Amino acid sequence: MKYAFVIISLCYTALMMTSCVSVKSYQKSKLNDAEMVLSSRPIEKYENNFQVYREGASGGNGGKTGGGCGCN
Amino acid sequence: MSVAAFMFFINVAKAQTDSTASGKFKIDQVDFVSSYYHQNGNNSAVTGGVGSEKLDDFGNSIDLQMSKYDKNLNKHLLNFELGVDVYSSASSDKIDPSTISSASSGDKRIYPSASYLFENTKRKYSLGGGLSFSKEFDYTSVGGNLVYSKATKDGNREFTAKASVFLDTWKIILPIELRNTNNNNFKYKQEESAPRNSYNLALGLTQVINKELQVSLLADIGYQTGQLGTAYQRVYFDNTTENSATPKVYSEKLPDHRFKLPVGLRANYFLTDRIILRSFYRYYTDSWKLTAHTAELEVPYKITPFISVAPYYRFYSQNGVDYFKPKGEHMLSDNEEYYTSDYDLSKFTSNMVGANFRIMSTQGLLGIKVLNTLELRYGYYSRSNGLKSHLVTLAFKFK
Repeated sequence: MKYAFVIISLCYTALMMTSCVSVKSYQKSKLNDAEMVLSSRPIEKYENNFQVYREGASGGNGGKTGGGCGCN
Repeated sequence: MSVAAFMFFINVAKAQTDSTASGKFKIDQVDFVSSYYHQNGNNSAVTGGVGSEKLDDFGNSIDLQMSKYDKNLNKHLLNFELGVDVYSSASSDKIDPSTISSASSGDKRIYPSASYLFENTKRKYSLGGGLSFSKEFDYTSVGGNLVYSKATKDGNREFTAKASVFLDTWKIILPIELRNTNNNNFKYKQEESAPRNSYNLALGLTQVINKELQVSLLADIGYQTGQLGTAYQRVYFDNTTENSATPKVYSEKLPDHRFKLPVGLRANYFLTDRIILRSFYRYYTDSWKLTAHTAELEVPYKITPFISVAPYYRFYSQNGVDYFKPKGEHMLSDNEEYYTSDYDLSKFTSNMVGANFRIMSTQGLLGIKVLNTLELRYGYYSRSNGLKSHLVTLAFKFK
């Protein structure tokens, strides 16, 4: 399983290594698609919340790093 | 009845705000999210690391977003959120097992928040702040935050910084048998107030790579101080249990400082006209020497431009903290300063699989004109130490 993640990570790193191009506003139809949102989505709020309680790590995903509830 | 009343409110509010002159706030969006969570396992920290972890949680939240443009065409955004979670927990009921069902067997959490954001549309920066409040039976939180973001002229790169503070108070609840004891020099007595303060600085950088790919890098610097352990979680020493003639049991004790550093990388790629790849990786480390890796991949498949199904998989791994030992394995002769039998801090891996169904329409859904998006998400979570859970979430977006 770990190897699968390494391969996926390497593929994405390779994609990101390509130099950034200047994308005009009218060329952003795909980037503006609802499925392409980079920030945390409302539907994932409760999923992030239970993971903060059930796991030792938190934060780094646009959610909570700590505090505000009796969690980690 | 409540849904009908809510729909009436949305329609009236939208009709009113749409007709107002520019310069007045109007409702942009209302998000209503409802979820049901169920878990079970056999490593309850309340009973020292062995015992039922059965828990049910029903959560609801409503999020109202409003905006207006001023005479300089700068945007002002207001956001109000109200959340209510209700849960019942088998393990919390064991704080005082002599009762058939104690007050602690269930609880509710209410958390309202409000925020304001100013967007300078010409200079491409935003500045804002917010306040939050959260109340549970034994836990009260007051929070505040400031946020600043700056985008490049073409909008292809954006830097965001968010500083937040949570000033929390925990009303100490001790296991029934430890309320009139020394409790191994535990710092607080039953029902005393213990502070827990959290200071976070979240730094984010988003970058458009090309017409199909965008990435974001997130680093959260977190520092917590105060009562970080949970006083009603038991730790049994010297191979004893609750059934021993003389159980050696004390409240969990953890350091009163914790420095956290999670770093996350998100990359979303529009692979084909129908398939999108949403990926996420996070590395986490903290001053308790807990390190963790999280990797997630979600693959939305567009059945039509407005309907999508997205299976997802998440893998998580943590090494556990040195303060953790299973029930009875801590030894008093070791003179440990800190100790816990909470399996949330032990070494484990977890897997989560699920799917997200989304339907969108600018014409309305289910005969409701302002209902823009309907989402249903299900996830099954399995931890290597036996804990399993199910989560179902339903989200409505009204625009």
